Amino acid sequence: MAANNFRHALFCAIITLIISYPIIGFNLEAQGINVMLTGADTGTVVMVLLAAVMVFLFQLFREQIMGALRSVPNPLPQSSKEPMAENRRAKIESWVLTGIVILALFWPFFVSRGSVDLATLVLIYVMLALGLNVVVGLAGLLDLGYVAFYAVGAYTFALLSQYTGISFWLALPIGALLAALFGLVLGFPVLRLRGDYLAIVTLGFGEIIRILLNNWTTLTGGPNGIGGIPDPTLFGMEFGRRVKEEGNTSFHETFGIAYSGEHKVIFLYLIALVLAVFTALVIRRFMRMPVGRAWEALREDEIAARSLGLSRTAVKLSAFTIGAFFAGFAGTVFASKQGFISPESFVFLESAIILAIVVLGGMGSQIGVVLAAIAVTILPELAREFSEYRMLIFGAAMVLMMVWRPQGLMPMRRIHIELKKQE
Amino acid sequence: MLEVQNLSMRFGGLLAVDEVSLDIQEHEIVSIIGPNGAGKTTVFNCMSGFYKPTGGKILFEGKEVQGKPDYKISRLGMVRTFQHVRLFSQMTVVENLLVAQHRHLNTNLISGLIKTPNYRTKEQKSLDRAAYWLDRVGLLDLANREAGNLAYGQQRRLEIARCMVTEPKLLMLDEPAAGLNPAETKELNQLIVSLKEDYNVSVVLIEHDMSLVMDISDRINVINQGRPLASGTPEEIRQNDDVIKAYLGEA
Repeated sequence: MAANNFRHALFCAIITLIISYPIIGFNLEAQGINVMLTGADTGTVVMVLLAAVMVFLFQLFREQIMGALRSVPNPLPQSSKEPMAENRRAKIESWVLTGIVILALFWPFFVSRGSVDLATLVLIYVMLALGLNVVVGLAGLLDLGYVAFYAVGAYTFALLSQYTGISFWLALPIGALLAALFGLVLGFPVLRLRGDYLAIVTLGFGEIIRILLNNWTTLTGGPNGIGGIPDPTLFGMEFGRRVKEEGNTSFHETFGIAYSGEHKVIFLYLIALVLAVFTALVIRRFMRMPVGRAWEALREDEIAARSLGLSRTAVKLSAFTIGAFFAGFAGTVFASKQGFISPESFVFLESAIILAIVVLGGMGSQIGVVLAAIAVTILPELAREFSEYRMLIFGAAMVLMMVWRPQGLMPMRRIHIELKKQE
Repeated sequence: MLEVQNLSMRFGGLLAVDEVSLDIQEHEIVSIIGPNGAGKTTVFNCMSGFYKPTGGKILFEGKEVQGKPDYKISRLGMVRTFQHVRLFSQMTVVENLLVAQHRHLNTNLISGLIKTPNYRTKEQKSLDRAAYWLDRVGLLDLANREAGNLAYGQQRRLEIARCMVTEPKLLMLDEPAAGLNPAETKELNQLIVSLKEDYNVSVVLIEHDMSLVMDISDRINVINQGRPLASGTPEEIRQNDDVIKAYLGEA
């Protein structure tokens, strides 16, 4: 056993050396017109060796280390600590959540513009993750191309505003409905697919949309993207210094206050907040409705679901469509926030991040997903000081998370239903 | 009410079911028995729409249903259980029963979102029906447990309750007594008889437990190697030489 461990650890350490030394240990230097391969300085070599030693030690004492990690008390204890009366618990929960939303409403007026901007991004991810949660967490359909619907929403607004000068408020439902339509269209060919196969097809779909946007230069401007996407207006009041569109007034003049760029940022944040809350409430309602239970039934056992009269077609398509609808919402807000979009924003990595949020939060759990969205968006920002190591830290955090709580930050809790005895 | 005429099912070169005919009247418990691999479950799978039979007809209340998709057949009122329990194991017991009432509920998304009075009444009705059946199979106290955490016998009973909330006309039970202890089998016996007597449901039963089959069946069909071997009342079957041969081997 010990010898086996040792051999395994040695093997891992050598692999580490083989992988890292050629990448970090050599430098390409331009000398005149020639490129020379030079060894790195001693410091780097020492670091690489040190890394190999660390891998060796970790693998050697892996059992003990993992055991120690597991014995660390759970930061978020499971709910079963004290069985509170279900309805009382639900009441407290809804009060706390309402309180948080109210706090979130006033919060932007006291913090810097940068944080509000970041918070808007967080809320966009909250919407995306809640939407994907329907498809992956509830219906159990692994969708790796979710970003496509986000792109559809964003490009719908961008293109419509470019060609028809549509306003944000009109584009919002159109973008969402168009994304939902795309969800429906994708749903048909993948009805019979499950698991890995479904993942591959949706992955392909996401890439198709991105490549289409990239290459259909005459319509989408290709990699140059589309700029000049208008900001949302508040009852015809614009947030710019000068009014761009005939007939509109500007916000600061109407209220007789000095112009500030912050108004727009805060307004966008508030829109995103309202939409995110709306998304959460609607999906929460769906989860308590027949359609939500049908999604879960299909995830649990498709054959049993069908034997009880559930149509696979209707259930899968509704999950895809509703999930895509909210991605369209998020896309429209994103386009308006950025003012400029290009296919660059809708790469596979985005899909992967949204999926990571859902898995980290706990499949099917709304509160968990919201927490994870906040964590996943803010963590890389906080770690910015570590510059190139921040993705490393991000990755390590994810791995630790999965070791500690494989079921997610806040696993989904079943809805408690009171029943009265029937005669 | 259900008539199966010359049903055949071929998988490639294997003829799993060969010209099997069944006839189930209203208010009747009919059993299908036969040695392992005789094709009993295949007959069930054809009847419930999981397989498209390669030959023969299935008439339910006079209408041909063979080859229809499974969910449509179930909506007509023919509902089945499975040889290996198939519950929605991460959902609670009561949610399992609510899923089954999907087609009775108002599934319009908007009316559910804003909770119209009509939606509320229907939801309450389905909750009441779920409560009634949970009480009936003795699971009311476990209504909010996850279905996967129930004991095996409870899971079996839940599966039957889940079929009954769909208000079927014909219930197809695939080895409901498998894995149950004698006491549980006796309870099951009473439950099945009461389904027939009190709820006017016809039952088709696949079962290996002979005492259960002989006790509750009105008629029995014996299948051997995909072919019908005999049919008749329990008394007739017990004395049928072919059946004895198939089951006990030639003396």
